[in-house]
Amino acid sequence: MHRIGVFVCHCGTNIAATVDVKAVAEAVREETGVVFSADYQYMCSEAGQTLVQDTIREQRLTGVVVCSCSPRMHEATFRKAAAKAGLNSYMVEIANIREQCSWIHKDMVSGTEKAIILARAAIAKVMLNTPLTPGKTPVTKRALVIGGGIAGIQTALDIAEAGFDVDIVEKQPTIGGKMTQIDKTFPTLDCASCILTPKMVDCAQNEKIHIYSYSEVESVTGFVGNFTAKIKRKARFVDEKKCTGCGECVEKCPMKKVPNEFNLGLDNRKAIYIPFAQAVPKVATIDANYCLMKKNGKCGLCSKVCGAGAINYDQQDEIIEEKYGAIVAATGYNPIKIDKFDEFAYSQSPDVITSLELERLMNAAGPSNGTLVRPSYLSKQDDHEAHPKTIVFVQCVGSRSTECRKGSKEYCSKICCMYTAKHAMLIREKYPDTDVYVFYIDVRTPGKLFDEFYRRAVEQYGVHYIKGMVGKVSPRADGKLDVQGSDLISNEQLHVTADLVVLATAIEPDKTARSIGTMLTASMDTNDFFTEAHPKLRPVESPTAGVFLSGVCQGPKDIPETVTQASACAAKVVGLLVKDELTGNPCVAHSDELMCNGCSACEKVCPYGAITYSDKEFRQPDRTVAIRRVASVNPAVCQGCGACTVACPSGAMDLNGFSNSQIMAEVDAVCR
Amino acid sequence: MQEVKDRAKQLLADGTVNRVVGWKAGEFSYDITPAVFTSAEEIDKDFIYNDFCAPNLSKYLIKESRKEGKLLVFLKPCDTYSFNQLLKEHRILRENVYVIGVPCTGKVDIDTVRAMGFQGITGMESDGENVTVHTLYGDKTVLKADTLGDKCKTCKSKKHVVYDELIGEDGEVNTDGARFELVEKLEKMTADERFEFWRGELSKCIRCNACRNVCPACSCENCVFDNPASGIQQRAAVNSFEENMFHLIRSFHVAGRCTDCGECTRVCPQNIPLHLINRKYIKDINEFYGDFQAGEDTETRAPLNAYTFDDCEPGIVYSRGGNE
Repeated sequence: MHRIGVFVCHCGTNIAATVDVKAVAEAVREETGVVFSADYQYMCSEAGQTLVQDTIREQRLTGVVVCSCSPRMHEATFRKAAAKAGLNSYMVEIANIREQCSWIHKDMVSGTEKAIILARAAIAKVMLNTPLTPGKTPVTKRALVIGGGIAGIQTALDIAEAGFDVDIVEKQPTIGGKMTQIDKTFPTLDCASCILTPKMVDCAQNEKIHIYSYSEVESVTGFVGNFTAKIKRKARFVDEKKCTGCGECVEKCPMKKVPNEFNLGLDNRKAIYIPFAQAVPKVATIDANYCLMKKNGKCGLCSKVCGAGAINYDQQDEIIEEKYGAIVAATGYNPIKIDKFDEFAYSQSPDVITSLELERLMNAAGPSNGTLVRPSYLSKQDDHEAHPKTIVFVQCVGSRSTECRKGSKEYCSKICCMYTAKHAMLIREKYPDTDVYVFYIDVRTPGKLFDEFYRRAVEQYGVHYIKGMVGKVSPRADGKLDVQGSDLISNEQLHVTADLVVLATAIEPDKTARSIGTMLTASMDTNDFFTEAHPKLRPVESPTAGVFLSGVCQGPKDIPETVTQASACAAKVVGLLVKDELTGNPCVAHSDELMCNGCSACEKVCPYGAITYSDKEFRQPDRTVAIRRVASVNPAVCQGCGACTVACPSGAMDLNGFSNSQIMAEVDAVCR
Repeated sequence: MQEVKDRAKQLLADGTVNRVVGWKAGEFSYDITPAVFTSAEEIDKDFIYNDFCAPNLSKYLIKESRKEGKLLVFLKPCDTYSFNQLLKEHRILRENVYVIGVPCTGKVDIDTVRAMGFQGITGMESDGENVTVHTLYGDKTVLKADTLGDKCKTCKSKKHVVYDELIGEDGEVNTDGARFELVEKLEKMTADERFEFWRGELSKCIRCNACRNVCPACSCENCVFDNPASGIQQRAAVNSFEENMFHLIRSFHVAGRCTDCGECTRVCPQNIPLHLINRKYIKDINEFYGDFQAGEDTETRAPLNAYTFDDCEPGIVYSRGGNE
């Protein structure tokens, strides 16, 4: 005999403003099996939970339906409350009358009607619920950090500090990421590599941290506490263990005309290279696309000069497999491609550059050794025209865009206002004879000491900030750039003749983020930023258990914010890894062996490898014994996704807590 | 075809197999039925392979291959696809089966002959070119090509995809797409016209289960329509649910696994063109996920059981106008 209690929550006015909660409580009281219904202002409050618990005891309830917010929000709350009152947690169902009802409907009539229907569906389902008991699974005490930029480095250091093993997988030959390319950092103007490289060295020296550089994550299987990752170590044709990083091979390599990605193609590197002096690991890498030995088998100079005998032209990609308890996505960002922004003449003139290119031009280890020159004069730096006299900065190139131009973004890239103020200030400091213009939409400088920094640029350093956008940059025959822009404050069109135009290019998530997100079954937004489990309350966790987010892969942020988030992320990872075992999810699949055909459809769709087959003996109706191949599910591995239940042609696969019959009962109740 | 018979007797005699799955005559000469033979005498007496042997023997191997000893089966080109599909689903024990591929030039279908206007048919004979129809009102000879069943008129393949040995020459896969012509016609109808068409056809169904029982993809140990736990068992008694939904549920269950062998339509006593539902799914799968032929091999993941980045989104149904 069912004794079901229905509890309808007002959620303040969140639900009650659009749904007649009293009418819902009234309507469901007539349903078969319902012995109690009530509405209350905040069911999740202590008083609300007490109401649920008291009713379970007094009315001897066998099932509870809470009509409230999404189960993602408070299912766990009410399950816990029910368990305290002696009812199995899994005899609680949530009807989501907030997100699926009051928030999306405008009028009370339709909102109330739908709320009643959703409540009926939940009642129909709870009638078929069975008590479930979760099992336990062990936790692998090792973390994987995907991406070795400042975010990944900080997260790895903090996890290692807490005493857990952590692997960093970085697709470039060195860790360090974008921060290695930056010259100075705002708002304190300390040198980026001076503060970053000690951290990179710490990673290399920490015995808890293992760095897989020039490697990519190939696949991830498993679930929280028990992930298995396959990592592809790309062949660098240099034995990492033998190479001492002496650089003799780089010196001798005859292939000099390879665009240097570290300097964003502003100069060239060799076919065998160490990205920069402070690289970690400091190991040479052969670029097989340019190496003469790899391309036509003639050269071998690097091998001849290598005293350590580290060069190995026959090295192959290697796949290694490792188990992890937690995975951190720290995949970072890239500036967007701006080839399609023809009005800024980026592809037409070498003197139109992105802000990251300017960082390299101003850096002592950059192509001009730190002297600010126009890129068109890089090879003749002594020319008196080499130094730019007038520089125009253009803000929001590709950011905050309302047009759907290919590649432009709706969001604010967040870091550009501050780094442009930094660039302008540094240039005015070092070259006071230079005129600096900044065209902006707004200047956004929230952050500790940020606005003071920007005001210094304007007030102390005399940078010309002009509110308005640049409409067109036209290269002139004499090599100068004609910049047309509007000044919205004086309401006039401006023409500036510039030697250098710097575009504050929007940033976007790294291209690999999407495939890594798919691998991790972590959700992403339309811009390919990873989504948080909760934007305010769980900002460093992905909705997928055991997957955590660090740095710009979650949204644009500057270095201080990235480091803050990276440490927060590490704290969450450590919180998981200190546990010896996790309480499993009892809502797992199981197969009815009498129905199973052994066709393997379920095994093929199972993303977790939870299904195996065995031959079993079955007594037939005619009393003979037949051997049949049947499926069985490993409940510790199954995550209850339900893919097998829909792939199964015979209906042998079913999911605890979401059985086929329960779902059909819900559908029937909705359609009634 | 004497060669087929002789080979069956040889393999029985040398002990390679202890049983032969083949065809024998039913009540009428055109009404061929599958049969298991265990001796040369039985084969001499009853075994038949001629232009009327339409039944697909692969489904019988689910049970037969699990019995003691090895068995011989004769498969026409289209039957080998079903055989492969069943191998893929681990339903047939391959090591217990010896497969001989037999050639096929299309099989005569009694319903097609009746539709040509013949009445009181008492028997038929074929010489490969022409079919002589014996009726109560005399004999008449017609072109065999005109008498083929639906499945043979738009034959998908004359190539055997699996065999241990072959009798006769192997043919080619037919890629002219003619088998989808009727589906295209249905697609061009408005939703209302199409609904009327299928209501008309499906209302003829008497739920004899012949389609389900003959279908090599419908091979569940326990069919959902016989399973009280499924919630869809025996609803015909209470409403028109089964009349409307039986064939749709069945076709969804075999989607991506149906090899288009056409047996469902061949055995339907009410002449419902059931294969058109399956062909619509095959056509959609081809269009959504790239050409796929179930049973072509035993390894390829079926599109509906494999997820790739390139898979179309469900919204494609709307963009192609399927909701009109």
